[in-house]
Amino acid sequence: MTSPTAVIAEDEPLLAQALQSELSRAWPQLQVVATVGDGVSAVREALGRKPDVLFFDIRMPGMGGLEAAAQLADDWPAGEAFPALVFVTAYDQYAVQAFEAQAVDYVLKPVQPERLARTVARLKDQLARRQGDDQGLDAAVERLRHLLTAPPTPAAPLKVIQAGVGQGIRMVPVSEVIVFEAADKYVRVLTAAQEYLIRTPLKDLLPQLDPHEFWQVHRGTVVRASAIESVTRDEAGKLHLTLRGRREKLPVSRLYAHLFKAM
Amino acid sequence: MSAPPADRPLPLFPVVRIDPRAKLRHLLQTWLFCIAIAVLQYAFEPNKPFLPNLAFSVSIGSFSWAVVDLGRHFFPSSRETGWPDRLPGLVLVLAGIAAGYLGGTSLGDALCRTFGWYGEVAPVHSATDRRSALLITTMAGIVASYYFYSVSRGHYLERQMAEARRHADEARLKLLETQLEPHMLFNTLANLRALIAVDPPRAQRMLDHMIAYLRATLDASRATTHPLQVEFDRVRDYLELMAIRMGPRLSYELDLPQELAQHPVPTLLLQPLVENAIQHGLEPKVEGGRLTVQARSDGGELVVVVSDTGVGLSGPVAQGHGFGLTQVRERLTTLYGPAARLSLDPLPSAPGEGWGGDTHGAQVTIRLPLRTQ
Repeated sequence: MTSPTAVIAEDEPLLAQALQSELSRAWPQLQVVATVGDGVSAVREALGRKPDVLFFDIRMPGMGGLEAAAQLADDWPAGEAFPALVFVTAYDQYAVQAFEAQAVDYVLKPVQPERLARTVARLKDQLARRQGDDQGLDAAVERLRHLLTAPPTPAAPLKVIQAGVGQGIRMVPVSEVIVFEAADKYVRVLTAAQEYLIRTPLKDLLPQLDPHEFWQVHRGTVVRASAIESVTRDEAGKLHLTLRGRREKLPVSRLYAHLFKAM
Repeated sequence: MSAPPADRPLPLFPVVRIDPRAKLRHLLQTWLFCIAIAVLQYAFEPNKPFLPNLAFSVSIGSFSWAVVDLGRHFFPSSRETGWPDRLPGLVLVLAGIAAGYLGGTSLGDALCRTFGWYGEVAPVHSATDRRSALLITTMAGIVASYYFYSVSRGHYLERQMAEARRHADEARLKLLETQLEPHMLFNTLANLRALIAVDPPRAQRMLDHMIAYLRATLDASRATTHPLQVEFDRVRDYLELMAIRMGPRLSYELDLPQELAQHPVPTLLLQPLVENAIQHGLEPKVEGGRLTVQARSDGGELVVVVSDTGVGLSGPVAQGHGFGLTQVRERLTTLYGPAARLSLDPLPSAPGEGWGGDTHGAQVTIRLPLRTQ
């Protein structure tokens, strides 16, 4: 059996170094194949090197650990064993609560040798059981889904989108919106006939939308449920949506695939 | 003390809530004042009988009291201060005086006739009598109104002061809370722990910066001003900590001209701005960036600019509504009034830097009066 491999994603260089040296003591066989400082590189390295274990910091520039893991789950090739995920966080009481409830392993910074030893034991156990099946991915997706679904905040539902158009502001009733799509620093707001760009991030917009009317189907896509015409599965097993009144085909993330089941 | 929230809009028709005990107290005070006037009048003209003086004085006082003291609750602004503002206040006092004079003299006259207080012959009031009665009523009305006005105003100001003190305490606590943000604290400690193992001298330096930073934060609520140099030193402590944590992703530059070093500034004025620049500008940016704090004098003003080449402005921070900015703005207004200003702008792209107009980043500019001492 080859030695297990790991990728560390941690934006603070000293902490990445410290984790690596603690790991080399607690689990000498583990080979750290890459250490990166942001979420985007973490996804890239993980996809490229297919490690057995991922240590993801929760707060990283570009993309946080949870979001990076979600993207990784989407892009992970079917049939390959999904890495065991360990989240690392300095202080985040909510994250800790969430992890405790969901039993994805987490480590609190500064990394304590005894705590890390327990993590290592758990990881070895998981790796041994994982041999040969790809249950790992489904389980990871299931846990991530819970971790990423923030508790609904009862904010007043948004009625109108104020989109800057030239020098003015166009008032777009939310009832006309079909899709919200994150695009770089902006969110594209699509109605049947028009497209607007707004600067409010999607994650700020989401809590203001009625979850019965609007479904999140991807990290960056929120769709009006009643505007979805059909859902198709491609050869790779991925789901795509077609909408009434729009041409676009929208990919559905693994995290949200459970929304679509024939009745 | 449970003061109502300050931002509650006043209703169009205020609910008149009158405290009967306070009103009775005011009435008794008014009567005492009237008795004093009657006694004074009697002292100047002992040949006239005392009782009519008293009857007139108390009647006039009662009418005036009724109009002014009860009437003032029907004006919108009186809910806060106890008195209507400006013109309505003046009109109310004049109305009180007129009612006192017209109603009070009639009542006093009627009382004296009914109970025979004039003596054998009821006097025929001359024009001079009426004029002097009007004069006394006017003077007494103004004096009494002014007295009650000052009393309610005093109470109002006391309430305001208590409220202001509560706000200040709240702001101080919240400042401390943001400065000692647990995420920052635990991450710094985690770094420190890592350094102790690999580079003890550097760990020691980091610890020194951390101690200075914590001390400054905890002391900030006590002193009100300190030299700009000290403020820059505290900012440097914080940036040193952040530079160790962020590694090559953070570079910074502090520029304080020698002649401005001793100028007094409010404690921890720049701290929230620098923390904002790191937290909202540079930390979220993958490649990190550069932070600059520059002080200069500009035509009698001290100008301090905190700029970063981070992700730029968006969300509530873009409108300058973040807690840090609001807090700094409030402190500036309290200390300097309109003489101090704070502005938040996108970082203008520097010519020749080759950013091609695509520079992201933000800069906060503070302007304070430069006092030469």
